[in-house]
Amino acid sequence: MTLHIPTTEPQACAIVKSLIDGATPLSIMGGNTRTGLGRPTQTQSTLSSAGLTGITLYEPAEMVIGARAGTSLALVQQTLAERGQMLPFEPMDHRDLLGTEGEPTIGAVAAGNISGPRRINAGAARDSLIGIRMVNGRGELVKSGGRVMKNVTGLDLVKLVAGSFGTLGFLTEVTFRVLPVPERIVTLVWRGLSDEAAVSLLSAALGSPFEPFAAAHLPEGIGADQARTLLRLENFSDSVVYRSHELADLLRVHGAPEMLEGDASQDLWRDVRDARFFAGTDEAVWRLSLAPTAGPRAVAAIAERLPGARWFYDWGGGLVWLAVPAGVDAAAATIRSAMQPHGGHATLVRAPATIRATVAVFQPLAEPLMRVTADIKKSFDPVGLFEPGRMYAGI
Amino acid sequence: MSAIAFPAPDPSILARRGEIIQGLSGLVAPEALIVAEDERRPYETDALTAYRRLPLAVVLPSTTQEVAAVLRFCGEQGVPVVPRGAGTSLAGGAIPQEDAVVIGVSKMNRILEIDYANRVAKVQAGVTNLAVTGEVSAEGFFYAPDPSSQLACSIGGNIGMNSGGAHCLKYGVTTNNVLGVTLVMLDGSIVEIGGAALDAPGLDLLGLIVGSEGQLGIVTEATVRILRAAEGARPVLFGFPTSEQAGEAVAAIIGAGIIPVAMEFMDKPAIEICEAFAKAGYPMDVEALLIIEVEGSDAEMDAQLARIVAIAREHGVKTVKESKSAMEAAAIWKGRKSAFGATGRIADYICMDGTIPTGQLPHVLRRMDEIVKGYGLRVANVFHAGDGNLHPLILYNCNDPVEAQKAEDAGMDILKLCVEVGGCLTGEHGVGIEKRDLMTFQFNAEDLAQQMRVRAVFDRNWLLNPAKVFPLEGRVAA
Repeated sequence: MTLHIPTTEPQACAIVKSLIDGATPLSIMGGNTRTGLGRPTQTQSTLSSAGLTGITLYEPAEMVIGARAGTSLALVQQTLAERGQMLPFEPMDHRDLLGTEGEPTIGAVAAGNISGPRRINAGAARDSLIGIRMVNGRGELVKSGGRVMKNVTGLDLVKLVAGSFGTLGFLTEVTFRVLPVPERIVTLVWRGLSDEAAVSLLSAALGSPFEPFAAAHLPEGIGADQARTLLRLENFSDSVVYRSHELADLLRVHGAPEMLEGDASQDLWRDVRDARFFAGTDEAVWRLSLAPTAGPRAVAAIAERLPGARWFYDWGGGLVWLAVPAGVDAAAATIRSAMQPHGGHATLVRAPATIRATVAVFQPLAEPLMRVTADIKKSFDPVGLFEPGRMYAGI
Repeated sequence: MSAIAFPAPDPSILARRGEIIQGLSGLVAPEALIVAEDERRPYETDALTAYRRLPLAVVLPSTTQEVAAVLRFCGEQGVPVVPRGAGTSLAGGAIPQEDAVVIGVSKMNRILEIDYANRVAKVQAGVTNLAVTGEVSAEGFFYAPDPSSQLACSIGGNIGMNSGGAHCLKYGVTTNNVLGVTLVMLDGSIVEIGGAALDAPGLDLLGLIVGSEGQLGIVTEATVRILRAAEGARPVLFGFPTSEQAGEAVAAIIGAGIIPVAMEFMDKPAIEICEAFAKAGYPMDVEALLIIEVEGSDAEMDAQLARIVAIAREHGVKTVKESKSAMEAAAIWKGRKSAFGATGRIADYICMDGTIPTGQLPHVLRRMDEIVKGYGLRVANVFHAGDGNLHPLILYNCNDPVEAQKAEDAGMDILKLCVEVGGCLTGEHGVGIEKRDLMTFQFNAEDLAQQMRVRAVFDRNWLLNPAKVFPLEGRVAA
């Protein structure tokens, strides 16, 4: 096992070029906190972003920050916080769920399109990622996007690379659009609702003019005995107060909400964001993505077939975190067939490597799209250096 | 004006015209195939009217299956295809070529499904942008991207160009508001990418398709996000003695943690042109005007405006004028959104679309003025101040070929300036043919080759909208 730690872009290019002839497969590593995402890969070398660190651009008035890929997410967030700004998409921290240590990097946030509860209002990481610099599988430095938020010049390779988990290349620098931290954040909590009622509450709230920034439902047994349905408001203080009252009134059929603020609110959303309710167990953990109102129906179909399953909802019901006994296959076939009538797709987020090697971690694609995916991979990485098989077997 | 080259038409295709039309006639209803010269004429250009080419034929399919049959046929026959929405591209994205078949989606103009609980609408690609909002506004919802051409432009065209608008400062551009598409590929395969969920499995192919300018396939249907509108919205006019002060006020507003829904800038020539047309009550005694829109309840808007007014006063604002009624608000936006049309009444113009880092605004405004004056021409500036997306309108007389050439040269100089200061060639209009030959200023050979290799995954033989986006020299096929 060889560990490459380039400290400049030309070095990274040279390392990749040197591996082309032998077609030596390469893992890409940031802070090593998300290595367990995707299918396990068989590689002899690792290319680390640890030598590429530092904020390269921060213009608060332009709402833009750029950093080398190996810069810790914590440093980026701290730099922004000092000027009252933040990343808009509330990136999940996978350490608790995956039982990993280390410092998550900003490059991995881009490479994994790592988002959180705020995605429902403010977009995913891919929506805020406005520029990348990367080394492709030819050892060429390629850039796409830039430092301005409105940019439609050429093919949007930024989006393609966001969420490609390192399979298309090695990110060296990323640039994100940022937003001001809201003056006040308040969480409204309703108790005791069924999944169906909760998602109907969340849909009504998200379809109201009062603009929730996050919307989740924790069924009974998830972090508390009683079910909790959560809406988060963020705005100037007066607006938060006004909108809280309006929402409570609009949703009064579901009972009166209690209001959380400060640490209580923040801790609760960190639990949701990081799926901490499933931390430290040996269950397999899935992430189901579907139309919000289909969430409870898909879950009911799964629960009927998989006694012992646990779940909670984010994104107004459109993101279901599901924990099931790992068994031999993390119940992949059962879950996907139960979901089928309800649309959407399932991603296996946590399971032993033996299971992730044998079941489709990412939902298989229809044939033409599988071919397109394989060809796009080849267009970046003709000999298959980067993370071979991480997303789909053979790609 | 003839500076932008088109690929020479392939004589072997022109020679086979009869045979190709014969083949197409077996694939679509007779009324969907347009071959007569005078009926093809409306398709020879788009909103970049200085350039026109009469296509070989025009097909207006009614179904995804018809699009697939026509695309497969053209692919097999090696005939170039130019996809067309409503033909409102300012960048020449829909201008055909003599050896190409235009596939227009204008007949596919139905709204298929509205799902308020999940806040999505499924529409055919030929539906106009404004029709989506029109369909859902009674329930208080809207479709967020709002290009100035929204009355005419199609969702398919918006997806092709990743269109923006005045309100994307808060709500994002097309790519942030589309969740799924039905895409027909060149071999006739029909694929569904994404859907009603907020993300899709695998690589972000949807993100790749949006803004690909009809070079990867033809989008026939789309699932778009619809959003609940705020309780109210109020545009307010802020007149400043200088452009610099207006620019500083924008930076200070953002610095104070306020993101208005829209912040639009107009300079004096643009104010005069738009006021003469729309009678919106724009102040005439200022050098720069900001239209800032806030939204929420009345009390919320009052509170937010009070903050913004205080900041504007610190930056020397001369006039503050609130819209007192829905009619006044509409007039304010009418003036801004008709800026291009109103300019067209007094002169011919070309509209640039570069984006710059907003901190470079004073420098760029000064340099643009120098550039245009250097060519002996005039410029009017309207732009999205919050995100630095400029729309300088260079005025000229299209009957004067020398002046037309100067206008085009001035535009190119301005776009190069945008790239030099860290911005880009196009913020929301797309590259089309207009900016194609400037791509090498923004990207180096390796950047462009990577884009072209991805493009080749979908179209190895450069049949889909081939004259666009990438310089004609040095094209990569695989």
